[in-house]
Amino acid sequence: MPNVTPPKKYNLIGKNYTTGDLYAKVTGKAKYAEDYRADGMLFCKLALSPMPHARVRSIDASAALAMPGVKAILTADDLPAPANSITDNGTVILANPRGYQALTNEPLFQGQPILAVAAIDELTAAEAIEKIKINLEPLPFVVDPLVSLRPGGPNARTDGNAWVRLPPPPPKPGERPPVTPPDLQTVKWTNEDFEDAKSGRLPMGKATEEWHVGDIDAGFKNAALVLDETFVTPNTSHQCLETRTTMAYWQNGKVFVHTGTQSTAQTVPAIARWLGIDQSNVVFISEYTGGGFGSKITGDITLVIPALLSKKVGAPVMMRITREEENYIGRARPSLHGRMKVGFSKEGRITALDMFVICDNGPYDMVGDAFSSGRIVSVLYQPMAMRWRGLTILTNTPPRTSQSSPGGMQGIAIMEPVLAKAARKLGVDQVALRRINAPEGKAPFGPLVAGKQQYATSAFVKEALDRGAEQFKWNERKVNTGKRVGSKVRGVGVSVSSYSGGTIGFDGLFVIKPDGRIYIQSGVGNLGTESWTDVHRVVAELMGVPWDKCDITWGNTSKNLPWTCPSGGSQTTHAMTRAASAVATDAIKKLQEIAAKDLGGKPEDYVVANQRVARKGGGAGLTLAQAAQRAIQLGGKYDGHELPSDINKFTTVSATALAGQGLLAVAKDNYPHDGNTFSFVATFAEVEADVETGQYKILDFLAYADVGTVLHPNALGGQILGRSILGIGHTLGQKWVYDQHYGLPVSKRFHHTKPPTILDIPDKMAWGAVEIPDPETPIGARGIGEPPVGGGCAAIMNALSDALGDEIFRRAPITADVILASLEAGKPMQDPLRANI
Amino acid sequence: MAENELAEPKTSNANAISRRDVIKSVIAAGAVSSTSYLFRVSKVWGQASAPGAVDRLITLNVNGQQRRVDVMKQETLVMTLRYKLGLTGTKIGCDQAECGACTVLIDDVPYYSCSVFTHTVRDKKIQTIEGLAKPDGTLHPVQQGVIDQQGFQCAFCMSGFVMATVGYLKTNPNPTRAELAHGISGNLCRCQDYDKILTAMMRGAENLRKA
Repeated sequence: MPNVTPPKKYNLIGKNYTTGDLYAKVTGKAKYAEDYRADGMLFCKLALSPMPHARVRSIDASAALAMPGVKAILTADDLPAPANSITDNGTVILANPRGYQALTNEPLFQGQPILAVAAIDELTAAEAIEKIKINLEPLPFVVDPLVSLRPGGPNARTDGNAWVRLPPPPPKPGERPPVTPPDLQTVKWTNEDFEDAKSGRLPMGKATEEWHVGDIDAGFKNAALVLDETFVTPNTSHQCLETRTTMAYWQNGKVFVHTGTQSTAQTVPAIARWLGIDQSNVVFISEYTGGGFGSKITGDITLVIPALLSKKVGAPVMMRITREEENYIGRARPSLHGRMKVGFSKEGRITALDMFVICDNGPYDMVGDAFSSGRIVSVLYQPMAMRWRGLTILTNTPPRTSQSSPGGMQGIAIMEPVLAKAARKLGVDQVALRRINAPEGKAPFGPLVAGKQQYATSAFVKEALDRGAEQFKWNERKVNTGKRVGSKVRGVGVSVSSYSGGTIGFDGLFVIKPDGRIYIQSGVGNLGTESWTDVHRVVAELMGVPWDKCDITWGNTSKNLPWTCPSGGSQTTHAMTRAASAVATDAIKKLQEIAAKDLGGKPEDYVVANQRVARKGGGAGLTLAQAAQRAIQLGGKYDGHELPSDINKFTTVSATALAGQGLLAVAKDNYPHDGNTFSFVATFAEVEADVETGQYKILDFLAYADVGTVLHPNALGGQILGRSILGIGHTLGQKWVYDQHYGLPVSKRFHHTKPPTILDIPDKMAWGAVEIPDPETPIGARGIGEPPVGGGCAAIMNALSDALGDEIFRRAPITADVILASLEAGKPMQDPLRANI
Repeated sequence: MAENELAEPKTSNANAISRRDVIKSVIAAGAVSSTSYLFRVSKVWGQASAPGAVDRLITLNVNGQQRRVDVMKQETLVMTLRYKLGLTGTKIGCDQAECGACTVLIDDVPYYSCSVFTHTVRDKKIQTIEGLAKPDGTLHPVQQGVIDQQGFQCAFCMSGFVMATVGYLKTNPNPTRAELAHGISGNLCRCQDYDKILTAMMRGAENLRKA
């Protein structure tokens, strides 16, 4: 058991328990999308573009459609037009006409699906695909953002190569301004701009976005040390072990969709939007999802293919996505080319930070990694003055999306080696250098908004560093590093990391039924983090009800689930413990009112405990079962026939369906929240490198998190160490490789860009949690999915430079050949700037 | 005809057949409609069973039961298990022997079932995740190790890891963490929950020694 001491006031929060999905998982009974069968189920296969950029001139499917067993073909012409979406607060997000669609007539990357065929079996569908003649007109392409920025360089799209966010148009009176898609522009730099590239430094031509806080020129002027470093992070696919396989069918005008998602409730409006139907006609089933990491936040748009084919042929359609197809459509983290100029005082305090990044966006929807990288670096290292500049450049490579710690991981990976080098040059301890720059309390960050910086709700990074350093025995270990023993040399590294840790404003919903049990509705997706159940422990805790008296319904939107946050960006623990707290408070208030009605006195004379609502200090009361029965008799708000006006429409529909079954508790999280929620982690690692083979091994690892109150230690440990290793993969070897001449990927499967295996981790890894509750949320819990990623990646890099020196690497990953070549040359031997090598 | 020979539902996993199928099969006064459903989707991986074609009806020993099944010559064991025998606990993660999600035991040895032709295992004992627990629901000690330690996150890799561990422990019942890690290193977990997985599997090994 790691260092978690739950505050004594809790009975359930902070304690381990067996989650309600584990028995089904371990016996093979848990059903993922491909495990469902439906009567008359057909299969479909996709035709993928063989070219990185082309236009479909014509499609001749006559021979395929004449085959026995072939039922239908679906092309881009069959897709509904991209539709606007509306957020909870009524803001309209205008559709991006250049956004990714499930099928296309202008493929913008090799491997992009052009059409799909449904047939009685998969082999027939595959044979039919072979018989379809797709006449393609090749178009110019580019797979390297810097190549696209060169004078005369190719554009990934016929009408541009850079996404630029524009300020929103002035709102109409009485309306919220719509969110407009970014503008596609053409950005080319001059040959003079590229002069720096000759010396391996990132050229810095005109940026498309920029912000600054404070006076960086003065900061550099006053610095004792100024470093100016270029670093490139890799493109990495999400590689969920479960591909985005989908089975769909229609019944009575409703579409039933089985696919993986990170967020059950939030996937319903996404499906409705993608299919152009009302969300009341969507039934979404996803009890188990085989990993997401940001690539399945609301499922995946590809799900429309079997859904639309099913509608066309009137039969269920299963679309199995192969591992290679997943490589093309399963999304990826964008590479960032970064350049950091950092000024340090002699104590190591950052006096000025000038950050420049280029994001390799892929050809479709704009990802926010460039912007996020600046925001996270700002909150994490608290520079006294900072300028951030960035560009988001399109390339003809698979579409990107958020991957655990989007932008944060890359920003930290670019920044941390600079800090490690600075600490060595200044003779300052590595932990001390992180500590002196660490955020604390309501730490400010990012650009000025209405003249002021935003700030964090809380930050206890110094505590995480102190306790982590003590547990890791940092001061003892650091003494003997960098000394060669035979061919071996050891090094220790520390890093800090952060990401947003929660949102607000979602709903909780449960029913206390006359059997005395609590039936909790969960709209959280089940992708393995266990937040789908962990957050509801708060209900049992606050109600004083044993956990075995609670039943959770999840994973099927026909079962009346509440409006719930998207499970992405470490939101769920924070957002849904707030909602759970709000809905438990609603139940307690209703129980007190019912008791007062029946037994006299005022509601506040009663307390809810021991599965009863009873007079304070003992005396008359009702069991929860009796109170549930009374709630049905009383009706109105007590059994859900009257609902609060502030809950989301989605919740209203669900609560209405549940009304009359018992005491219905429903509430929106309206708690105050001062600041932006972030979580943090301090990560420590020891590595041993072999200077004769270039190989290295992680000997020890500790991640010490600042996540506020711990809900479920085992699940938290899985998240902290699991996401740490995901980050470590970026150091050990994960990357894309592209043939720049033909624009074709070389890395298409696991073994081309392999995630870390069980042999890549040390014998035993460790984690800890500071466990200081966040003051801006009722239970004090924040999310943790993102922060460990950058921490794991950077701690290993820093341990390597501690062992081998600063002249080994200038991009990630750092493989054995890089180490050997650089050691021999005495300088980093990686190509400094080329993408996807 | 092969279809009629397959008509007996055998011991197929009820999970694989929808309630509607069961009701329909009862109404149809025989199991023909339910098994024709199974039989038809069996063509997912191969050709139709044309009249006069070579009979491919074979018998497999799966989880201690004799299962008659019609297979194509190029059919892999994972497809037979998942699409014909209703044993969907065995997962397909890559279909090319890279990830181990499809690991099953064949005569007590872990194999990637995506890379084994079904017709090659006719005379062998096949065990899948569904065959580990006792009929009364008592979990195998390695499965219990997962419960004890809240092992795994999304668990798509879990059946493969558990089968690989059960197989490895038959050769080395008392491994160190490093030995067990090596023994199950042919399995990938993309949630990267390796530390907790290894702890759970070590607990499973301990449970097994005590059993």
